[in-house]
Amino acid sequence: MDVVLDNLDVFWRGMRTTASLTVLSFAMAMVIGVVVAACRVSPIPPLRAAGALYVEAVRNTPLTVLMILFFFGLTKVGIRYGTFTTAVIVLGGYTGAFVGEMVRSGVNAVSLGQGEAARAIGLTFPQSLRLVILPQALRTVVAPLGGLFVALVKNSSIASLIAVKDLTYLTNQLGNDTARYIPVFLGAAVAYLAITIPAGIAIVWLDRRVAIRR
Amino acid sequence: MSTSGVLVLGDELGPKGRRRVRIATGVSLVIVAGLMVVAVRRLDDRGQLDWERWEPLTQWSVQKFLLLGLWATVRAAATAMVLALMLGALLALMRLSQTPPVRWLAAALIEFFRGVPLILLIFFTFFGLRRYGIDVSAFRALVIALTVYNGAVLGEVFRAGIRSLDRGQTEAAHAIGLGYWQAMLLVVIPQAARRMVPAIVSQMVTLLKDTSLGFVITFEELLRRGRSTGEFFGNQLQVYAYVAVLYIVVNFTLGRIARWLEIRQRRRLGASTIVVGGTDDLLTTGVQAVGTIGYEAGGLGGSAADRGVAG
Repeated sequence: MDVVLDNLDVFWRGMRTTASLTVLSFAMAMVIGVVVAACRVSPIPPLRAAGALYVEAVRNTPLTVLMILFFFGLTKVGIRYGTFTTAVIVLGGYTGAFVGEMVRSGVNAVSLGQGEAARAIGLTFPQSLRLVILPQALRTVVAPLGGLFVALVKNSSIASLIAVKDLTYLTNQLGNDTARYIPVFLGAAVAYLAITIPAGIAIVWLDRRVAIRR
Repeated sequence: MSTSGVLVLGDELGPKGRRRVRIATGVSLVIVAGLMVVAVRRLDDRGQLDWERWEPLTQWSVQKFLLLGLWATVRAAATAMVLALMLGALLALMRLSQTPPVRWLAAALIEFFRGVPLILLIFFTFFGLRRYGIDVSAFRALVIALTVYNGAVLGEVFRAGIRSLDRGQTEAAHAIGLGYWQAMLLVVIPQAARRMVPAIVSQMVTLLKDTSLGFVITFEELLRRGRSTGEFFGNQLQVYAYVAVLYIVVNFTLGRIARWLEIRQRRRLGASTIVVGGTDDLLTTGVQAVGTIGYEAGGLGGSAADRGVAG
């Protein structure tokens, strides 16, 4: 157990990196997701096709493959970022496809009368989407989006593949160095749970708060 | 499906709206085409479109090497899936048990293994167990980690499936004199299992994708072999892109099967299915377990067109 206690600073550094990875890429995923969802429900065929293509391609590719493809592949065309930035872009882009699907399902859940009413008072499509549909749609998908966030905390561990020094990377290294795998592993698990459990509680609270009562 | 009936707008567009849509279509086509031109030129400038970089992919020996990698991926995924289904069933039954300590143990195991990133589990089963004198091959280490993780996830799927069944079914079973196990095996599980099929197939997609993590422990699966190929020929970008396409084809097919099963299910039973896996790996969390029980399949991801079919 003292392996963990002696190296609390390692865990703490890892948790901070994991947390910032998660938060930044989730913010990016939200932006991408809303744009993708807007494309997919828009009346414009090329945008719908582009949105669908993005979602299907990204959802069906393992995150590991995307991470490696971007890290090793894009340098070949002269696009080069640091590992942390690359990880944020890949995680954000990957999660964005899922956010897009959820927001779209949220849009489908908004009753048809809302869209019709928006049009009846003369709002254009972008206006009705932005002012009427999306605010309601997002509120209905808070719980699934929260689930995505928690999953993203865990998925961010894939960044350790490209040597981002997150919780997984640092604890694996610590396990290697000290040869005391079980306590370090349990410590890492606790550290992850220390992020995911409070996040889960916050989501349930938020979901209750913004839920639309019909 | 008429595009103008698009979901939110509800009714047909007028002449002005149609014109606007036409203009927007033109503009967005130009933008999409422009982006593609930029990307292609960039690739071309760096010589990434040169034939000699793609040529290795047309060699049979290279294809065979990669496809054997895909086969290893499928083999590991299939083994882990079968084991995870068994573990999941066990965990679900434990969690529904009438003995509190058994219930608590199952809950703790499920929460723990679902809360830990899979890659950490894989590191542990491969590097960790080795330190304690348990020598496992990369294949076994990967299968063990995948089994434990997906067993925990499937345990929740099964529990949600069993709980989604009307209480009256169990009560009726007890009323005609069946005991706990008889009621479970003869009445509850057969009905619940049918509802869970789509979620299980979706979880298979997730598991297959996760198998690519075998990469980190030098398991010779598709991605690892892609890397060797890319390093050998110096065409990483091309090979990784090809690997991604292979994954997309396999997973897309599985995803379609899941969707088809789900629609067929709803049409036949008129019942909602369990959607834990419906949105893939990203919903495998504690919060979701609560949320998913009541979710109707159409609510997540089902498009209006599909609903029309299923409705």
